[in-house]
Amino acid sequence: MDNIDRDLINLLQGGFPLFPRPFLVVANQLRDVNETLTEQNVMDRVQRLLDDGFLSRFGPMFQAERLGGGLTLAAMKVEAEDYDRVAGQVNDFCEVAHNYQREHELNMWFVLATETPEGIEDTIQKMEEVTGYSVFNMPKKEEFYVGLRFEL
Amino acid sequence: MNDNQLIANTLGRALLDERNQLRLRQAIQDGLPLTRQPYKTLAIALGIKEQQVLDTIQYWTESDLIKRLGLVVKHHSLGYRANAMVVWDVPADDVDRVGELLSQCDVVTLCYQRPRRLPHWRYNLFSMIHGKDRSMVLEQLADLIAENQLDGFQRDVLFSYRLFKQCGGHYANGECSSRNSEREQAESGQSMKHAQPSIKETQVAYG
Repeated sequence: MDNIDRDLINLLQGGFPLFPRPFLVVANQLRDVNETLTEQNVMDRVQRLLDDGFLSRFGPMFQAERLGGGLTLAAMKVEAEDYDRVAGQVNDFCEVAHNYQREHELNMWFVLATETPEGIEDTIQKMEEVTGYSVFNMPKKEEFYVGLRFEL
Repeated sequence: MNDNQLIANTLGRALLDERNQLRLRQAIQDGLPLTRQPYKTLAIALGIKEQQVLDTIQYWTESDLIKRLGLVVKHHSLGYRANAMVVWDVPADDVDRVGELLSQCDVVTLCYQRPRRLPHWRYNLFSMIHGKDRSMVLEQLADLIAENQLDGFQRDVLFSYRLFKQCGGHYANGECSSRNSEREQAESGQSMKHAQPSIKETQVAYG
């Protein structure tokens, strides 16, 4: 990763042009860093950053609730000896988007995304039956908007 | 916003009907095509006009159906390996002010108000701080507390040390794309492996 990659990432985290030749627009925007940068160079760099695992995606990030689905953060308090079993059972639910082990009494934290808002309660109920543990549902009440970007 | 409002708000734009909006959503939810003219590529694939693709995505962005169009970094691979959920217990009448304060700090990448779950969980304000390692995160947090006079609030810092599953959310068709069971990633700093390229970052922000 070089300085052009960094500038490219910083720029595209803020948005991608909605123009017929968006990569050309981006190349022009980055001309002050590198005046020979072409449309094709920008496309190649994005592809390489994706292939190398620096980017998880290139495209839109949808607001799940606005698509009619359910979304929440949930937590469980799992005994150490049961942790791997419960993690496996929880992760078998395809509604689980990501699952972190964290240092707290509540030590398993995951995001649930379902097709419908009611799907959240259904999934939690099934999860409690399968694992034998309570699931604490903590849906967002309010979002305080942040830029969601990493300056590199 | 219902469909009638959506149509009313978009006079003069080449919007798609409901069925084609769904098709377009499905076509782009995993990413835009990496072609010279990605919107045209989509239009050809779906049998619609390029202008309809552009206008519809533009409208989705303005109406917040799309939070952001661009790219999402895998912060883990970029060296941001410590991820702390910093949670605060803030009185209801002060939570908006503190939430706004936190969301304006550069190091805070997510900030939500959520319900308490007493007696197990007393915190109602959740913020996420990423850093290269734990000490960097803690330093950033100390600065943030001092600068914003947040010392009066009970808080807790929950570092993560294993990521079991990270996959994209699929909403348009209810498909579940990946079942990455137990790909463990340590989060503690020096001795860690890079993220597996096959682990997809979640495509929606924490709900």
